[in-house]
Amino acid sequence: MRIGLVVNPVAGLGGRVGLGGSDGTDVQRRAVELGAVPCAGSRSAAALAELACRTRDFELFTAAGAMGEESASAAGLSARVVYRPRPGDTGPRDTVEAVRALGAAVDLLLFAGGDGTARDVLDADAGTPVLGIPTGVKMHSAVFAVNPRAAGEIAAGWVLDPGRPEVRPAEVMDRDEAALREGRLSSRLYGWLSVPYVPVRVQQRKAGSTGAAPEAVGGIAAELASRAAPEDVLVLGPGTTTQAVAAALGAEIPLTGVTALVRADCGCGCADGCCSCRGLRPRAPDLAPAPPLHLNPQGHETALCGCVVAGRAVPRAPEGVPFGQPSSYRLLSSHLTSDQLLALATHHPLLLALSPIGGQGFLLGRGNQQISPEILRTLAPGKLLVLATEAKLAALHSRPLLIDTGDDDLDAELSGYVKVLTGRGRTALYRLSH
Amino acid sequence: MSAHPAAGPVAPEDARIADKPALRRFHQASWDEKLIFELGSPGERGVLVPEVDPEITEALGGTVGLPAGLCRQTPPALPEIGQQQVLRHYLRLSQETLGADLNVDVGQGTCTMKYSPKVNDRFVTDERIAGLHPLQDESTVQGALEILHRLEGLLKEVSGMDRVSLQPGAGSAAIYANVAMIRGYFADRGEAETRDEIITTIFSHPSNAACAKTAGFKVITLHPDADGYPDIEALRAAVGPRTAALLITNPEDTGIYNPRIAEFVEIVHAAGGLAAYDQANANGILGITRAREAGFDLCHFNLHKTFSTPHACGGPAAGACGVTEALAPYLPRPTVEYDAESGRYWLDDDRPHSVGKIRPHHGVVPNLVRAYAWIMSLGAEGLREVAETAVLNNNYLLHKVKQIRGVSVPYAAGRPRVEQVRYSWEQLGADTGIHSEQIGVRAADFGTHYWTSHHPYLVPEPMTLEPTESYSRADLDEYAAILAEVAREAYEDPETVRTAPHRSTIHRVRPEALDDPAVWSPSWRTYRRKVLGT
Amino acid sequence: MTPPENSPDHLHAQAPAHPYIPNAVPAVRQAMLDAVGAAGVEDFYADIPEEIRLRRSLDLPAPLRSEAQLVRHMEQLLTRNTPATRTLSFLGGGCYQHHVPAVVDEVMGRSEFLTAYAGEPYEDHGRFQAMWEYQSLMAELLDVDVVNVPVYDGFQAAGTALRMAGRVTGLRRLLICGDVDPDKLSKIRDYVRPDHDVVLVPTDPATGGADVDAVRSALAEGDVAAVYAEAPSRLGLVDPALPELGELAHDQGALYVVGCNPISLGVLAPPSSYGADLTCGDIQPLGIRMSYGGGNAGFIGANDDLRLVSEYPTRLFGLVPTDVEGEYGFGDVAYDRTSFAQREEGKEWVGTAAALHGIGAGVYLSLMGPHGMREIGETILAHTAYAKQRLAAIPGVEIPYAEAVHFADFPVRFTGGRSTADIHADLRERGIFGGIETAADQALYCVTEVHTKADIDELAAALEEIVK
Repeated sequence: MRIGLVVNPVAGLGGRVGLGGSDGTDVQRRAVELGAVPCAGSRSAAALAELACRTRDFELFTAAGAMGEESASAAGLSARVVYRPRPGDTGPRDTVEAVRALGAAVDLLLFAGGDGTARDVLDADAGTPVLGIPTGVKMHSAVFAVNPRAAGEIAAGWVLDPGRPEVRPAEVMDRDEAALREGRLSSRLYGWLSVPYVPVRVQQRKAGSTGAAPEAVGGIAAELASRAAPEDVLVLGPGTTTQAVAAALGAEIPLTGVTALVRADCGCGCADGCCSCRGLRPRAPDLAPAPPLHLNPQGHETALCGCVVAGRAVPRAPEGVPFGQPSSYRLLSSHLTSDQLLALATHHPLLLALSPIGGQGFLLGRGNQQISPEILRTLAPGKLLVLATEAKLAALHSRPLLIDTGDDDLDAELSGYVKVLTGRGRTALYRLSH
Repeated sequence: MSAHPAAGPVAPEDARIADKPALRRFHQASWDEKLIFELGSPGERGVLVPEVDPEITEALGGTVGLPAGLCRQTPPALPEIGQQQVLRHYLRLSQETLGADLNVDVGQGTCTMKYSPKVNDRFVTDERIAGLHPLQDESTVQGALEILHRLEGLLKEVSGMDRVSLQPGAGSAAIYANVAMIRGYFADRGEAETRDEIITTIFSHPSNAACAKTAGFKVITLHPDADGYPDIEALRAAVGPRTAALLITNPEDTGIYNPRIAEFVEIVHAAGGLAAYDQANANGILGITRAREAGFDLCHFNLHKTFSTPHACGGPAAGACGVTEALAPYLPRPTVEYDAESGRYWLDDDRPHSVGKIRPHHGVVPNLVRAYAWIMSLGAEGLREVAETAVLNNNYLLHKVKQIRGVSVPYAAGRPRVEQVRYSWEQLGADTGIHSEQIGVRAADFGTHYWTSHHPYLVPEPMTLEPTESYSRADLDEYAAILAEVAREAYEDPETVRTAPHRSTIHRVRPEALDDPAVWSPSWRTYRRKVLGT
Repeated sequence: MTPPENSPDHLHAQAPAHPYIPNAVPAVRQAMLDAVGAAGVEDFYADIPEEIRLRRSLDLPAPLRSEAQLVRHMEQLLTRNTPATRTLSFLGGGCYQHHVPAVVDEVMGRSEFLTAYAGEPYEDHGRFQAMWEYQSLMAELLDVDVVNVPVYDGFQAAGTALRMAGRVTGLRRLLICGDVDPDKLSKIRDYVRPDHDVVLVPTDPATGGADVDAVRSALAEGDVAAVYAEAPSRLGLVDPALPELGELAHDQGALYVVGCNPISLGVLAPPSSYGADLTCGDIQPLGIRMSYGGGNAGFIGANDDLRLVSEYPTRLFGLVPTDVEGEYGFGDVAYDRTSFAQREEGKEWVGTAAALHGIGAGVYLSLMGPHGMREIGETILAHTAYAKQRLAAIPGVEIPYAEAVHFADFPVRFTGGRSTADIHADLRERGIFGGIETAADQALYCVTEVHTKADIDELAAALEEIVK
């Protein structure tokens, strides 16, 4: 098993001296002037020490000097150096290049830094599973272990049980520096990295406290389907929860972007899915038919019609699908822009379902800006739904969900308590603030 | 020459035994016992059964023939073992079990592991309880009926409610009975369809949500505010014409008492809903405050927690549901009534609005007898002393534990806790990489036990302790010293904690097979077939 | 002022500390308050508003603080009970009088088992092993792979088994065939109500067994999740149609759920052998005392089929290795069961239920072994048949469906004009507890291995005298 390590030696430099970040050479220089002492190297060594006390069954690959080699020897480990930075202070380009060099050589890459470093790792696009050793100032991203030792523990689990820990996409978040310069504190979703998913194994449980697993999304999918009218176009925000929910509904969707789904079967039992038995049913008779959208490959624009099932008894599910399973949905369109969403909203009732960013709680305004205030204002009451597992809500530790649509009035309007769908017939009432 | 030196005078200092160390050098019993299926040999017998009287066989003209396909073809593959060997096997297993009678069992928070008095066991193993058939004529069970009737009376006074049913088999069954009564109440008002939502809080026992769900309700969970108190604004946003009821624990599993509980009840009442009080955590408030004063329509007690009946490896337990007059028609049937004129106790099974049977017959009677005897031994002042001492013990333990490095007490800073505390080892985890679960395993090496919390963990690296009134100051000091020692090890010698247990019956289990359908073995026959291949 | 410690004054100045509350000693209490920095216990109740404080003493009877007083009081109450086990009793109907081996009592009374609760395998290895052995022994008796850690009782087991069948099939209707205890039916109806319709298919009045044609047509209407039958039926009848019901259920895609009396399974075929997908019932007959109806615990058995295992709401203990060779470890099988399950919704709750009764039943089965279970079944079958024969010969007594095989329970009809209540009152005068009254002229009688020929003859003689 091959483990890689990249250290951003200046990560965290700004934190101790109150600079709120360490990105940019000016900031770093200022931090050193203020007396900042680098801590990334020692924290990385702690992670390696934790790893080494659990297993020695790995080879370590790293970058030269402060970018990893020093941490390895501090932890008493020898490492093969596969990247040497140019002389002088290291910068983001060194991180990117080191990640690319190591990514090809290792099975799991540990990187030490903060949100800025995580973005560099994302930019490197190495394709290897990664895990962050938290040493930065800003750590909004979900790619970090809770502390350096935990990073070592997870890596050891990876070594001892190769292939078993599941890899899951985790968000890379960072402050929006441009917005910050305009005096607004704001953060952005930059993308996802693959990290090992190692839930703490449940060791202790009271006599018989089995029940729905806190991570289960099947119930959320069923609840969402039960709240969708047959004619609703289901618009899903980005993220792992919505992706898993879509999968439970029968549709494979991308992790990023805003996606639209429609019912695969209108429920009338017709052979070809539903299109032939449904006429176009604009919401108001005076509206022209919807303009063409970039729709599914079959070009089934008429599938966007409202499915008229009023007056019918709820039918039996098709063969093979157990009755009571969530209705099946199919992908209509992905990576929708806000204009496309508006066009869709003009002719079809939308049901918008979003899930907050894990650990941080942003529901609107981070990574889903396509869902513009205009679209939100077209939604009928009750047509904005929030999805989250109970575990995800618990991980917010009672902090509120956040919105920042860019429209202060709308933010204020939406704020208050929202019902978060957490399972079949289960909701949590949760604070939403701006 | 003798192998021993000649006997001579022994100096007192040589006869002196050193003081006990601060922490006991415990080791759990470890018999390395085989499985029952590996014991015995064909032909051995543990107990013999009366044979059929030859005169009966003669009268019947032979043995009784069974219908085709309904006669067992191969005998069950049970082991064949002599009596003493069976006894010894199970006694060994009992020794490898750390019952509450043996340890300072303050670590199973929310469960109120108090002392179950031995004298009460005597009453229930008595043939005059153990040998009663539930359908004996009332005239032959007047003593049992009187106990049930009297216990109802005691619990009515403790809760302030108008009627109490003793039928539920445990706490969750009592919650379910309350939910069933709520459903019946609204059905009679024609609101069964419209009032389909039940509200609870995330720090109430998960059974509140699960029972409501099982009974067909939709469940809305409230999260706490930043101080850990149930969020009253969230409740205001949650209630409406669909609200059937609020199911709420108080104090919650954090040990924090919700001071606005009466307001919570009022908000639900104003919306036309009912309020049910999960009194699983009643031990610290007996005689201090009651469901009645806070305005509740229903409540329930866990008799195996607050009222001392033993936990029995996870039951049998017993639950009791208290209700106001308005809900009384919906109580499970039968109720026990007393006819003052004849001086007779009788069972009223003719209750048309009743939710019916929650379990067979009259409840877990042995535990009802124990709970009755326990209350009778204490009386009003004794119950209050139970509550006050449980709370004192808890705050004393809190005082000791929060001095331990790496522990914190989330929420409601500086406020007292009632009968339990949910602590957090978050700092210790960050400093040492040791998780709460691992501390619990290491604590077992000192002859004790602790529990984290229900899932999902709102408090990171949680630990929930509830010392009850049963433990002495020395017991509490010992428990805190064990935690302090394990925390010290976590910082100074984490390997010892990480590799625990070291003094248990067994070593660390390898749990992987438990989640793999191809090899999981919930029985001897599945183990033989899937793992041994025999 | 507190008297100095160890002075005679100190020992007599106030009421002694209650034995269950060691820290009630005033000096200890004060020292603890001082340590915490509290003025008094009232400090700890600061969050409880005055409006809801109870500012009076609870109105309860004076306490019986000494053990001797308490025992005397309880004795006065217990003496007003006449236990069925100390008379000649013919009561059964779901709660049975069997011999309880002394070893079962000894193990169930062990302090460690009686007071253990939720320890981990490292504290409670013995509890885990005993529960796993119960599951395994019960699995052999039922001829299935998987048996749960007990639920509350047989009613609950039936309700849960039916909801499991509902979740597996995703279908709505539940067909209940034949005679089921009305109380059990009431529990089942209540419990499945949110998701299922209960369809009762009455017995064939000609045979007392299932009305197969009626079951067939009810199945033909579709949407049936499960067919439920009992072996033996509520009236003790062993219905020859049981195997056929399973075939009918399976033909229509329904599961076959059979409730059974486990003590019959040394002689009666285990339901799994004639098609039961889920077998359920109550283990009270297996060495658990009747305790006025407090001796219940429910079981649900199934084969190791992922669809079924996923739907168990209860714990299932599994056997696993440890770090040391040759050492047994235990843990929860498929703890995160929903990840295998089709449907997360409708999973039920689990809490403290009846684990110790499971351990007791495990001890019982270990003592009995395969031969003991067969012999007890044979003895009960013979006693039942003999009792039916003796009673049927009495003028004024009829045994409905006498030609069928009954196990333990059997129905009796009084045709002599006197009511069941009157007849039973007269029997009580003679120190005999008659059966369970099921109608003004009918009753359900029960015999087990504890009865002798002389007992049954005594009942017959008494009835002969009083039945008209």
